[in-house]
Amino acid sequence: MAALTQEQTLIREQAKSWMTEQYPVRKFREMRDSGNPLGFSQDTWQGMIDMGWSGILVPEQYGGSGLGYQTFGLVLEETGRQLTASPLFASAYAGATALLVSGSDQQKQDHLPHIVDGSHIMTLAIDEGPRHAPLQTALRAERKGAGFVLNGTKTFVHEGLAATHLIVAARTSGSVGDDHGLTMLIVRADSDGIARNRLSTADSRGYANIGFDHVEVPADAALGEIDAGYASMDAILDRCRAGIAAEMLGTASQAFDMTLEYLKTRVQFGQVIGSFQALGHRAADLFSAMELSRSCMEAALQAIDGDADNIAELCSLSKARTGEFLHEMSNQLIQVHGGIGMTDEFDAGFYLKRARVLETAFGNQAFHRDRYATLLGF
Amino acid sequence: MAQDQLADFRAEVREWLAANFPASLNGRGMAIMDAAFSDGAMQDEAAQWRARLAERGYGAPTWPKEYGGAGLTHPEARVLGDEMAKVGAFNPIPMLAGMGVTMVGPTVLEYGTEEQKRRHLPGIASGEVRWCLGLSEPNAGSDLASLTTRAVDDGDSWRVNGQKVWTSGADRSQWCGALVRTDPDAKKRDGISFLMVKMDQPGIRARPIPLIAGASPFCETFFDDARAEKDDLLGPLNEGWSVVKRLLQHERQSQTSAGGPASGPTVTIQEMARKYVGTNERGELGDADLRTRLAKHLMDAAAHGLTGERITAEARGKVEVSAAASILKNSATVVAQTRAELTLEMMGHQGLGWEGDGFTSGELAAVRGWLSGKAMSIYGGSFEVQKNIISKNILGLPETTQKG
Ligand SMILES: Cc1cc2nc3c(=O)[nH]c(=O)nc-3n(C[C@H](O)[C@H](O)[C@H](O)COP(=O)(O)OP(=O)(O)OC[C@H]3O[C@@H](n4cnc5c(N)ncnc54)[C@H](O)[C@@H]3O)c2cc1C
Repeated sequence: MAALTQEQTLIREQAKSWMTEQYPVRKFREMRDSGNPLGFSQDTWQGMIDMGWSGILVPEQYGGSGLGYQTFGLVLEETGRQLTASPLFASAYAGATALLVSGSDQQKQDHLPHIVDGSHIMTLAIDEGPRHAPLQTALRAERKGAGFVLNGTKTFVHEGLAATHLIVAARTSGSVGDDHGLTMLIVRADSDGIARNRLSTADSRGYANIGFDHVEVPADAALGEIDAGYASMDAILDRCRAGIAAEMLGTASQAFDMTLEYLKTRVQFGQVIGSFQALGHRAADLFSAMELSRSCMEAALQAIDGDADNIAELCSLSKARTGEFLHEMSNQLIQVHGGIGMTDEFDAGFYLKRARVLETAFGNQAFHRDRYATLLGF
Repeated sequence: MAQDQLADFRAEVREWLAANFPASLNGRGMAIMDAAFSDGAMQDEAAQWRARLAERGYGAPTWPKEYGGAGLTHPEARVLGDEMAKVGAFNPIPMLAGMGVTMVGPTVLEYGTEEQKRRHLPGIASGEVRWCLGLSEPNAGSDLASLTTRAVDDGDSWRVNGQKVWTSGADRSQWCGALVRTDPDAKKRDGISFLMVKMDQPGIRARPIPLIAGASPFCETFFDDARAEKDDLLGPLNEGWSVVKRLLQHERQSQTSAGGPASGPTVTIQEMARKYVGTNERGELGDADLRTRLAKHLMDAAAHGLTGERITAEARGKVEVSAAASILKNSATVVAQTRAELTLEMMGHQGLGWEGDGFTSGELAAVRGWLSGKAMSIYGGSFEVQKNIISKNILGLPETTQKG
């Protein structure tokens, strides 16, 4: 862990104890078993708002604490560890980031205080197909009067059912695949012409496919530049990649701890299974991968806070490396636990299912290896 | 360390380098060291440069001044390294001293008597006395504690008998740090001592062993009634195991970097890939499979570098050798070996030359480097032994009791 300020240490300790004592995985299980369609329970979310975490990115003038990305990462690690379900990431991280990167003063004033107090849940609606591919955006926004009319579909929108506002990537000109012609628009989720279909997903969290049928928005819906929105969209996505990597590392670290604990307690052939060298070496490999991923994850968040010039590179590095580690760790969590790992009663399955969703979000390992190669000029 | 103090030091180093580093040596570190190794000495300006570094204590900059160092703090030593790299300068002394600067010296600093420090350290710090290490034996490799080379106290001196193997530089060294059995009746690790033995004597014979990369950097070393002074025992009698454990930590630390000695402007592996493999209309490498693996490799290298920085930052102020050394040693090994394999692969037939015409010097060096790099996962505690260390010492997993 990079040297933390006193405030950061305090926030991390608070998050750790809040998550493990009040909202441990058991709470997530209760939420899943209740069949809650939103994929999170309101009291969990309210608890997080009360803790002040929804304001970590938001400057003080808009009601937040403005502590920055590294600090938010500390909380996300803990939500990742306990699989704590809430719109914290979608709204207070991703949504707030979009406004901070591209929002006008008026837009910030209109939304940021509400993100902090939870009355607005804002989420990104970018992907349209099975894979993350922002340049493939096809949803059209055509000029009508001073505003726009939207037609198209967005898929796998995080907290898509709970959201009050969607931050939509739309094509205002050009054709699919072009980086010119993209515009981001803030759309009220209760606008006429919007159809939200809940997705029931392996990780039991809240996602929706969202159809846009002649949805009209006013001129001031545009977030950032018209037609030239791709660069800031990419910057927003990079911050999301770095943030979700923190959550991923938390999830994987918890899986590691559970695995190590089992290696030290499960006895077969008259000895704990961790004494078998094949498993000892596997644990050593996983531990090393965890340390290496942590360095990438922290470096990316630090680069964002420090406004470094290699943010894109580090965010792809972070997302790909934590993705690789989480992938392997979540598989080994099941394998090392043997039969018990396969039971729904044990939590391992939750971690495995969540792992794949997190890996896929904002570009999987392959996406980021490809992007990294392009950024490095080959 | 106050930043302005470091800045003052940086200015001082720059000035000193401008006045003392011969411009003709710029970026020629590797070539000069190669020549020094085949001729046994450095010539002309290179020799002068060594002497100037030694005089200033910059050969082993963090050692105390009274033992030939410059008494620099670690941040100062990093500044020195940065500034040297900027002007294409290099420090030949660690290579000239063999195992002296990286391993023997730090261990002598820790365990040696005042008299031993004054006698041995200045020669190492000036690069004039080369040391080898006689640890491994034919039947004691990873299981080093099963070594059988004996040292017997015959009143005036130690009498040493036995055989060492893989002794790097034994045929070119003046001194050997040898691990010897001094109490054959004690338990394996309890009867071992660390003895400093002069190489130039009738009882010692070093026979070079050619390696797969062509050169013969290491030897079989035979001790046949060889002699060592009574006061050349490093650390207490029969406690050589703790001494060598410490020494191996220094070795591991010195091997946690994945890069080689700087030798002027180097071509990045991605530039090399573009040159040999070619690119498509989008500017991507023509071999999509190689492109992915190269990206993954560069990510591994970046992760390794960032982890080194993170661990240094976390350990700032603490002198204790980090438990992370095993992680870093293995990741450095993977990065370096993968890099060598990818380089060869992208060169195709041009990456298969041994010597002579038809290949550039860079291509030939890539082949030799690929071969010699295989040793990284064997010495200094093998790849597998590092994993044992991580699982036992860091993760606290027990050793198996399973028999057979
Ligand atoms: C280039 C080079 C330079 C060297 N220089 C020196 C030197 O200057 N001085 C010196 O004293 N020595 C030197 N060595 C020797 C080096 O320290 C030994 O090679 C090393 O300790 C391994 O011993 P070994 O070769 O006998 O292999 P072994 O110990 O026989 O190992 C064989 C294989 O078994 C594996 N293995 C062994 N034990 C275990 C275990 N417990 N669990 C799992 N796997 C295991 C190893 O990882 C390896 O893959 C050098 C070696 C090389 C390659």
